[in-house]
Amino acid sequence: MPNKLKIRLVFFAALLFWALFAGSSIYLIFVKSYEIKENFSDLFPQLSFSLFVFFTFIYYRYAITRADLLNFTDLLWKVFITGLVTTLLSLGIQGFFALFANSSILEGPPLFNFFYNILVGLVIIYTISTLVVWKRLILYQKSKNLLRLWRFFEIAFGVALVFDLFGKHSGDYYFRVAMLVLALVSIVLVFNLKWIAYLNFRQKWKGILFILLSGIYLYHFHRSLSWFSATNTLVIDMLDRVFILGLFGFLFAYAIISILVTLFNLPTSSVFEQKLKEALDFQKLSQSVPRGETTDQIYETLIDSAISVVSANAAWLEIHGNDGKRQVIRNLSDEQTAIIKEKIDNKFIKDILDLKLRKNTNTSKLSSTIKHPTFRSIMALPILVRDIQAGYIVLLNEIPEAFNQEMVGIVTTFVNQASISLENLTLIRESLENERYKEQLKIAKTVQKSLLPTSLINNKHLIMEAFSMAADEVGGDYYDILEYEKNRFGLIIGDVSGKGTSAAFQMAQMKGIFHSLVREGASPEVFMRKANLALSKCLDKNSFITATYFNIDADRSKLSFSRAGHCPGLIHCTKNNTVNYLRSDGMGLGILRNSSYDKYVNKTEIDYGDGDTILLYTDGITEAKNKNGEQFGDERLKISFERHCNKKPKLIRAGIKNDLSEFIEGLEIDDDYTLVIVRFKNNTDD
Amino acid sequence: MTEINKENKEGIHLISVKGEIDAGSSILLDNAFKEAIENKEKRIATDLSGLEYISSAGLGVFISHLEEFSTNNAKLVLFGINESVKQVFEILGLEKLLLIVETEKDAINVFNE
Repeated sequence: MPNKLKIRLVFFAALLFWALFAGSSIYLIFVKSYEIKENFSDLFPQLSFSLFVFFTFIYYRYAITRADLLNFTDLLWKVFITGLVTTLLSLGIQGFFALFANSSILEGPPLFNFFYNILVGLVIIYTISTLVVWKRLILYQKSKNLLRLWRFFEIAFGVALVFDLFGKHSGDYYFRVAMLVLALVSIVLVFNLKWIAYLNFRQKWKGILFILLSGIYLYHFHRSLSWFSATNTLVIDMLDRVFILGLFGFLFAYAIISILVTLFNLPTSSVFEQKLKEALDFQKLSQSVPRGETTDQIYETLIDSAISVVSANAAWLEIHGNDGKRQVIRNLSDEQTAIIKEKIDNKFIKDILDLKLRKNTNTSKLSSTIKHPTFRSIMALPILVRDIQAGYIVLLNEIPEAFNQEMVGIVTTFVNQASISLENLTLIRESLENERYKEQLKIAKTVQKSLLPTSLINNKHLIMEAFSMAADEVGGDYYDILEYEKNRFGLIIGDVSGKGTSAAFQMAQMKGIFHSLVREGASPEVFMRKANLALSKCLDKNSFITATYFNIDADRSKLSFSRAGHCPGLIHCTKNNTVNYLRSDGMGLGILRNSSYDKYVNKTEIDYGDGDTILLYTDGITEAKNKNGEQFGDERLKISFERHCNKKPKLIRAGIKNDLSEFIEGLEIDDDYTLVIVRFKNNTDD
Repeated sequence: MTEINKENKEGIHLISVKGEIDAGSSILLDNAFKEAIENKEKRIATDLSGLEYISSAGLGVFISHLEEFSTNNAKLVLFGINESVKQVFEILGLEKLLLIVETEKDAINVFNE
């Protein structure tokens, strides 16, 4: 059933039972006065009344609970308005009686009782609506026990309604017991006044006014009911009923206690308001990071909250970051801050302003007096970010000794919260930068991969195999081959010192140098000299490149090479089945950045036979370590090559890789490593 | 762990290196050399007897200061290099540019010549 319909039905039920109550009690008068022998029970009006009360209660429960968002003063306003309307109506009845005081219209109980019943209806409407509001106030901060007690209280009133059916009078023993039970529960409930603390100063005054008025209404209703009672012509005297008496008692007691407690709370309400503001400011600070605020906004929030929390007259905040000094000032000029700085004679505060704070901060030393024409009190707090003093906040007051320890404590928590916010901001920024760096690395890796040849030479003169693996995503290993003239090849293997993005870019430069010099048909010595010259101008100061450059003349089966600091390659000769190092003197590129380099360049020339194989590699292979920290080394590489050198180049590559991974036993190689295998074939046909 | 110690011994600025010099720890070595240059040290000896491994970044540190040492008229002598590290220097051709001797005594003798 929709709520609106429910409320309406309940409302009509209440109205109906009131009509029944009024009708039946007047009918009862006729039955009695004319001695009509009719089987009409005294019980009927009382029962109708009970049901009327019940439905009124239900009605207000719905109507007031629905308005969940109402605040306390709005709730009290509701009580006030209901009271006003019902009181005015009841005054109307009284006026009517005053007007026709001597008239015969009013003679006889029926009409008298009829007006009484209207008054009872108004009283019930007012008292029940007030009860429901009181309930909401009492249960504002509810515990399980309080809720249980309230339920018991409601049931007790229900029982009282049933009890009233028996028509016991005030002198009766049971009547007194029932009243006592209600009174005891009421006393406990009456002291649940936590809501008052949440009112601010103005609201408290309003509250007092409204509750006072509601008390006056109650008093007025009680008086009106008594006036009717005194005439002794009533069918049912409501003031002789446990329910009504209990209800009046409870409502009245709560009104009085509320007024008293609110009055006593008035002087301290500013403190509570202050505390509430502190909590809100604190929340504002702690939420500043998730809201994506900048450091400047955090500074502003910090200084404004600090000023308001200690009622400072002026303040300034200074932060020294990587990007210079940042100052936020309130109620001061730049010059004034400088003057105040000079006036400070407290050493501890001076240290804070000079960012020379030692680790332990003694809160008692953070506030002090100052000799200044306007300002008499000063409080200075360091702002620490990651345990380093990044800045400070200074608060000033015109009153001497205006800052107490508690204030220092509060501002400290504010500053701490701001520090956390600042740290979080830094962390967020760092992680963003990290993300950007990773993205750059990805790009560099794509670039680097594109620098290595996509297809290797594999013809009747040469069979080439290569394998390259980069550590740290981007590597500095480089190899390439180019046929610059018919049957003449330029071959290079190189290693840029360092890893990462810069290594990849230097490798790109090497590739450019290789391609231009090979096309010139440069001999190995010329190649190295020119390469050194070119690289001298673009390599970082502490970077260098090692390389070996080969000229292969397939027509004459000649191999000439220059080694520039690169690890010497191995050659397998099929004729006598030996493996030897391709030794030659040389120096890394970029170590000497002038012509003095030239004298360190050497060229070696050898003749190769059919089926001879050279193995080139970078130091990532020989420097690969196993669990015991041993390096794979030149010797193991040579032995491995000897074992596989008679196989096809592809299998040599696989064999050496296999030997290497067996040696390192699953450990990672943290350097780039490259293997290049070239097998020569003698084809003298053309 | 990499450990770099600096001391003054008979007018010689002695830098001793222990452990491994890789990309990370090369900064420590770089700082030690920079400090020596700033202090205008003329006689610098480097004890590499405790050096187990040196990466290309570490070699880059030696290379980057070569020129400054010569323009400042400072002399750098290395001693106590173990075989595998020596080989790394040799492959790169650095042994031709650096003064490498066997023992500390030899190094002192170089300065006293």
